[in-house]
Amino acid sequence: MLYARLIVMRLLKAVVVLFLIVIFNFFLIHMAPGDPAAVLAGEAGATDEQFLRQLREQFGLDQPMYVQLWRYVSGIAMLDFGYSYRQQMPVFDLIMARMPATLLLTGTAFVLSLALGILAGSLAAARAKKPSGSLIMALALLFYATPLFWVALMAVVLFSVYLDWLPAYGMVTVGAGYTGLALALDVGKHLILPATTLALFFMAIYTRMTRTSMLEASQQDYVKTARAKGLSPRIIQRRHILRNALLPIITLAGLQAGQMVGGAILTETVFAWPGIGRLMYEALMQRDYNLLLGIFFFSAALVIVFNILTDLVYRLADPRIKEAS
Amino acid sequence: MNETSSSPLLSLRHLTIALPKGADRAYAVEDVSYDVKRGEILCVVGESGSGKSMAANAIMGLLPKGVRPVGGEALFDGQDLLTLTEKQHRQLRGLRIGMIFQEPMTALNPLMRVGAQIGEVFEAHGQLSSRERQEKALALLIEVGIPQPEKAIRAYPFQLSGGQRQRVMIAMALALEPELLIADEPTTALDVTTQAQILELILDLQRRRGMAVMFITHDFGVVAEIANRVCVMRHGKIVELGDARPVLDNPQHDYTRALIEAIPSDVIPEARGAETDTPLLEVESLNKVFRSRGGLFKPAREVHALRDVSFSLVKGETIGIVGESGSGKSTLGRCVVRLEHPDSGTMKLSGTDFMNLKGEALRRERHRVQMIFQDPYASLNPRHRVGYAIAQGPLANGVPRAKAMAQADALLELVGLSGTADRFPHEFSGGQRQRIGIARALALEPELIVADEAVSALDVSIQAQILELLEELKQKLSLSLLFITHDLRVAAQICDRIIVMQHGRIVEQGPARDVFLAPQEAYTRQLLEAIPGRPEALETV
Repeated sequence: MLYARLIVMRLLKAVVVLFLIVIFNFFLIHMAPGDPAAVLAGEAGATDEQFLRQLREQFGLDQPMYVQLWRYVSGIAMLDFGYSYRQQMPVFDLIMARMPATLLLTGTAFVLSLALGILAGSLAAARAKKPSGSLIMALALLFYATPLFWVALMAVVLFSVYLDWLPAYGMVTVGAGYTGLALALDVGKHLILPATTLALFFMAIYTRMTRTSMLEASQQDYVKTARAKGLSPRIIQRRHILRNALLPIITLAGLQAGQMVGGAILTETVFAWPGIGRLMYEALMQRDYNLLLGIFFFSAALVIVFNILTDLVYRLADPRIKEAS
Repeated sequence: MNETSSSPLLSLRHLTIALPKGADRAYAVEDVSYDVKRGEILCVVGESGSGKSMAANAIMGLLPKGVRPVGGEALFDGQDLLTLTEKQHRQLRGLRIGMIFQEPMTALNPLMRVGAQIGEVFEAHGQLSSRERQEKALALLIEVGIPQPEKAIRAYPFQLSGGQRQRVMIAMALALEPELLIADEPTTALDVTTQAQILELILDLQRRRGMAVMFITHDFGVVAEIANRVCVMRHGKIVELGDARPVLDNPQHDYTRALIEAIPSDVIPEARGAETDTPLLEVESLNKVFRSRGGLFKPAREVHALRDVSFSLVKGETIGIVGESGSGKSTLGRCVVRLEHPDSGTMKLSGTDFMNLKGEALRRERHRVQMIFQDPYASLNPRHRVGYAIAQGPLANGVPRAKAMAQADALLELVGLSGTADRFPHEFSGGQRQRIGIARALALEPELIVADEAVSALDVSIQAQILELLEELKQKLSLSLLFITHDLRVAAQICDRIIVMQHGRIVEQGPARDVFLAPQEAYTRQLLEAIPGRPEALETV
């Protein structure tokens, strides 16, 4: 009941925020120098005024700004994100075609970094004073400090070029024509390198944070209470220390989850992963405004959705939040 | 149990516990021997740093890292606890020895329901099915007298009051009917009336179950209330050990005597009148309501922190504002120093409308009313040297730096800390920090000082020193004092008049002597009766 009410409220707010983002993005894009019609015409090899006018008319670029805005906003309300002049396809279809690849990549990286980060952090906290704990922290620092693209390139050199264990780029083996389980295996093989690369940085952050947070939680009075009950260290570690230590991790995980659409440009480019990130890069280079606006919209929407989800998870994890808000 | 009642259940023999290198002394406790018999309450008394909790932690196997027993033995039912492995010790904890702690606010896991936390005790010792655990938890909650136990078992700790949480702690400690209960300052963080209830509960349960109780406290009032025997500790050593009555009535050691005397439990306030009758502060029908913001579907909650509060304070007078937590006494103090703005009413300082001063005018007048805060640890910025902390006020008011720093030096000397201006707060003890807080308040040459629970966090002997200092400064600098406290004994010591507050209202006000000796209102009487260790003489007046 409480949750239903909360979700409705948050969704109402989200719609307003999204509306403002759409308008803001629209004006931002139209303030950028360059005329898409000229770019299109230029690429087609034609420069005569007649052709340009025809193009502008065809795409509604000759209309006053407010008309264009109205058309755009009312279009979005019906999930019509316009037409990509460059790719000769509706923007919505383009994005939907690329979305699964990106979500597969970023989602895997998200789960991987969260699970491994918390695991490594707990281990490091439990062995805070032992060499194994220090080793974990040293590795975490290394991954935290190394640039993502360098890790990606080195991984390709080592695992693809040198060892030849894993494919270096793409999402499926071109021309192999796999189906069913074989396809899934093939995609999984392609996924390992980019997902790990993408996961390393956040994994390092989760590791460091979990460790600090757990060491702090283990100093709390309720841990002493738990020990006074005669509980075993394992239960205390899991039920009392880890659960309390996870609260700040949720905030961070929410931030990472919000980056799932827009955060993989570099990795997608290095590994030639056919996702949104690369689509956005191409759209940017080609002044494909409608496509850019569409991608902006989806990544903004995803950030908002994950914000709401984070809040809900936080509420589930920490009963004190309900009363406070 | 009767045939063994003569042999001690717990017997400490020459226990010595070493502190880590670099601590202020080598041993937390040194050569400590005492017994706890079945069915008796032993109070271990001492001030902070006396090592009174250390022996208890050693018995539980819960010593902090780096602190370890180096000598002697702790025999529990004939078995030396110090030689147990961690696993053997764990089997004893909760099962045969239960423990409750000082801070009920933080001693429970904030993310677990009360019932689950109690159930864990059975789980730890592999007893009962999970359904039976919940039934037992409910029975225990009923036994410790929690209101609405069916609801409390599903509650999270933050939904309970401090006293209720302490009851949950007790329920947990008693779940497996331990033979020994260790209570480490279990009532220190509670209001007087709640403290009285919790003491009553512990006494009652102890009698019903014939448990041995080791009760650690700094408060001789509590000792008088519950102890069969007393062990007084200082600097890790036993100063005095014996049956409660003789120790209380006829203490042999100077330190014990000093501790007992420092407790103003039998102080009957002198009849004191203010020397003048010029009103300094006139407060009239002050109201303040705190509203929690309601949502679209949720009604707003209102808390009336002040209802129609009126009083006046004469120059040179000390007024004590007494009440339990939530009585609105702190809100009143914060309104007087203009940290909080009342909703309605008037507040005049020497005739000028202090309440509605704004901007430049407020800046000019503000120095006249200054505040001393409760927590001497949290109220000083740890990164600022204390000289600067004191000089900040004058600096903000345009006093040249050199002069302000010289002034800070002089103030530190005044509060008995000369030559310490370039130290940091962490280099001082709690009492010393409170002196710094006083110097800071004095730096702006105020006429009225609002002291909000200024001595509540301090040991009794330090409390007495700080109260003395306040009294002395008051005379020397012709100050007036608004002294906010939950502790009637403290109020009795230094106040000319007393205002008793409850639920935001003034319940009773009058000269301190009258309020103490002839309280008019039931609530005031209730507060007075709740003071632990009150001599009979006072009750019969």
